[in-house]
Amino acid sequence: MSGSKKMINFMGARKVLGIMSICLVIGSIILLATRGLNLGLDFTGGTNVVVESSTDIDIAKARQTLEQAGFEDAVVQQYGSSRDLSIRVPPQEGIEADQVGQRVFQTLEGKVGELQLKQVEFVGPQVGDELRDQSGLALLMALGLMLVYVWFRFTNKFGIATVAALLHDVIIVLGLFSLLRWPFDLTVLAAVLALIGYSLNDSIVVADRIRENFRNTRETDPHVIVNGAINETLTRTINTSFTTMLVLVALFFFGGEVMRAFSEALLVGIFVGTYSSIYVVANLLFTLGVSKEDFLIPEKEEIDEMP
Amino acid sequence: MTRYPRWKFFLLLAVLLGCGLYALPNIFPDVPAVQISANAAGEEVPASVRRQVAETLDQAGMEHGPGETVNTSWLVRLDSTNDQLRARQLISDRLGDDYVVALNLAPTTPQWLRAVGASPMNLGLDLRGGVHFLLQVDMETVIGQRMEAWSGQAKMALRDEGIRYRDVAIDGRKLVATFDDQVAADAARAPLRKALPEFTLNQAEETPRLTLTLNASTLEELQDYAVEQNRTALNNRVNELGVAEAVVQRQGADRIVVQLPGVQDASQARRILGRTATLEFRLVADQYSAQRAATGIAPPGTEIFPFRDQNNRPVILEKSKIATGDQVTNAQMGFDQQSGTPQVNVELDSTGARSMQRVTSKNVGNPMAVLFIETKTDMKTVEDENGERRQVPESTTDRYVINVATIQDTLGSRFRITGLDSPAEASELALLLRAGSLAAPVTIVEERTIGPSLGRENIEAGLKSMVLGMALVLVFMLLWYKVFGIFANIALLGNLVIIVGVMSLIPGATLTLPGIAGIVLTVGMAVDANVLIYERIREELRNGRRPREAIDEGYNRAFTTILDANITTMIVAVILFSAGTGSVQGFAVTLFIGILSSMFTAIIGTRALVEMTYGRGARAPSKLSI
Repeated sequence: MSGSKKMINFMGARKVLGIMSICLVIGSIILLATRGLNLGLDFTGGTNVVVESSTDIDIAKARQTLEQAGFEDAVVQQYGSSRDLSIRVPPQEGIEADQVGQRVFQTLEGKVGELQLKQVEFVGPQVGDELRDQSGLALLMALGLMLVYVWFRFTNKFGIATVAALLHDVIIVLGLFSLLRWPFDLTVLAAVLALIGYSLNDSIVVADRIRENFRNTRETDPHVIVNGAINETLTRTINTSFTTMLVLVALFFFGGEVMRAFSEALLVGIFVGTYSSIYVVANLLFTLGVSKEDFLIPEKEEIDEMP
Repeated sequence: MTRYPRWKFFLLLAVLLGCGLYALPNIFPDVPAVQISANAAGEEVPASVRRQVAETLDQAGMEHGPGETVNTSWLVRLDSTNDQLRARQLISDRLGDDYVVALNLAPTTPQWLRAVGASPMNLGLDLRGGVHFLLQVDMETVIGQRMEAWSGQAKMALRDEGIRYRDVAIDGRKLVATFDDQVAADAARAPLRKALPEFTLNQAEETPRLTLTLNASTLEELQDYAVEQNRTALNNRVNELGVAEAVVQRQGADRIVVQLPGVQDASQARRILGRTATLEFRLVADQYSAQRAATGIAPPGTEIFPFRDQNNRPVILEKSKIATGDQVTNAQMGFDQQSGTPQVNVELDSTGARSMQRVTSKNVGNPMAVLFIETKTDMKTVEDENGERRQVPESTTDRYVINVATIQDTLGSRFRITGLDSPAEASELALLLRAGSLAAPVTIVEERTIGPSLGRENIEAGLKSMVLGMALVLVFMLLWYKVFGIFANIALLGNLVIIVGVMSLIPGATLTLPGIAGIVLTVGMAVDANVLIYERIREELRNGRRPREAIDEGYNRAFTTILDANITTMIVAVILFSAGTGSVQGFAVTLFIGILSSMFTAIIGTRALVEMTYGRGARAPSKLSI
């Protein structure tokens, strides 16, 4: 361990932060259970139309026009700028499903300005259901495979701690999406999956160093060992997260409407992930009572016990 | 002290040069072009037509390239997109119905690059604009029709053997044959087994009833056949629409993806894709009076249909068909010489022609009708027993007579259909007849239309965020790690070249907007490997190691951690690829490629640069700029 660098006592605030983490996770789970996610078109089915005008569009008027035409449940929103409008309509009765988009466009054209059709997306309810199932499965599969990986990679307490950190990150990100009603679509799912890979990787680097230091030091106080390991990997942890966040910020501001939710998910995720790789992993290791004995090469006791 | 092995330098150089070469075509912009292809599939565009195209463009005063053959089409480059639209109209007017003129983009890849097989990346629909359809093949209809046919076969087999049966009923995927007694049921086993090898036979206990269950393998074959047939028919139709680089692909058991880049008018495409139209030629049963037809009860052996052009007046037609739409080998729109009304000139295959000849020769002076059969499939909302609303496809079939004409003479393989409303209808009917009918009705279950302006915006947004994100990372690395930061930055640029090169090399890989996000993200994450290594080197230096040793230690000890870190993300990319669709798969692909190449550049690449800078000379460096 280096003597020249200043040590931050990370473990000092561990109880307070641990409680905060638990509260956030529980809060997120409650939100997800009660409010659920604001599922995007990919998962609910329906039609989404994006129109563009040369002048600003009056949203209230657009809403009213649509209402009069029988699209009472249309969700009308600005799309990036005041000249772009996104209209989302749930699956309709009576109109041939794949023609809803055209209808919506015709309804609005001329009424709220000279419009140009930018994008029409129609997803059948059946396809939506399937994508939802598939995505849920993908999420579980990713978590499951990470579990298997961690199980091979670590044993006992370290495995539990890293997986807990992973779940912590994913649940909090999903919870935030639920709280702020940010739309959750396929690209956000991609972001969450990428986050799973990223978060685990982050935790592994820290956990690895903790393990290494337990083995290579004569120090016996787990507090000092863990704190040292976190301090040693701190620059790396922050630098990696920082560079990744730099590109995500670029994506957030310049990537357009499609990439906004994607970069939001990852920005939040990486922030939480960085925190969790420092605190959640170490915190849980303490709670599970990690000690130097965990790293001694186990002696074959069973044989001695045989009569 | 370890010397860096020479082969790694060469490997690095070879990979970078190779990928650089294949990444190069992406720098050359695409130019607008028109693509002319013959209506008949597989036919080349003859030189005379090529001359006509050039003449047309010259007359309109448009600058254009000399033209080139792409597959079997003729591609002519133009100056601007404005020219492109006008050129299509002009050429299409000049060449008429026999050729399809489509808008396309021509790559400006130089000849020497094309010679080594280098071409730009495929861009997804979200970047180039176009229409994406996901079509669901209605299997139940197909199976229902086949079950009808099989039940007929069963009855015929029983009749041939002289076995009396009460009924052969269809029950889902089963046929249930009921007999008067056990003896008849037993006798029926052998002939049924022989007549219907596609079924498994079992007998219900104590009853004179035989149940035939359709074999799973046959069912699968039937599905495969129907989907494949539909795919082929859709492919033909898409070709008829004249869309360049269209994709028609099977997805899963019963779905077909159709992607039409550059198509703006989704409604026309939708109409052509979703429709199944066919024709039947039948004799009019004119021995019955009009009053008889008006009762709506068809005499035996006949059916009643409305005559569309005559206020839906009912017409009685013979049940037996003379010829059907699938026997049509060619159909072209044309105009009647005298009246100028639109018509479709039809050619039949040999079976159809023989039948037509046989029937018409015996019926000169009698009327013949053309029956138009169109199946449209809509989604209908129903409420199931749990009170949940679901959408189910519901097919409606319209059958109506479009034309009744007196047979003037024995007809052969060529004749014409009149009685069509408009030239547009005639050309659409000709198209549908030419392109073949669908084996099963299809429903559009997903549709995504991306306007060309949005495609361009997406490309710009993607590039802008990539350039900015990259610039930020480069500056940060330079400031934080100084000379070693420069190494990492060079590696990062090399990484980008490799990603683009590999993406261009893999024929199936498509760049989408999330794909660009994947590249941007790997740019951010790629430096992680270098951060890990450099931090380790710094630490070793602090612990009092000499620079050479610190470098060795840094690279060696960080390696397992880097591998670890990247494996997790690669696993995720694979899952995402298998679970996602289209654009999200694009993200998985770039993420995967990006991680692999970043490991390569960040470990082998920066090491080579470090060795070149600090490894030379007899004396070891005393200080590192890190």
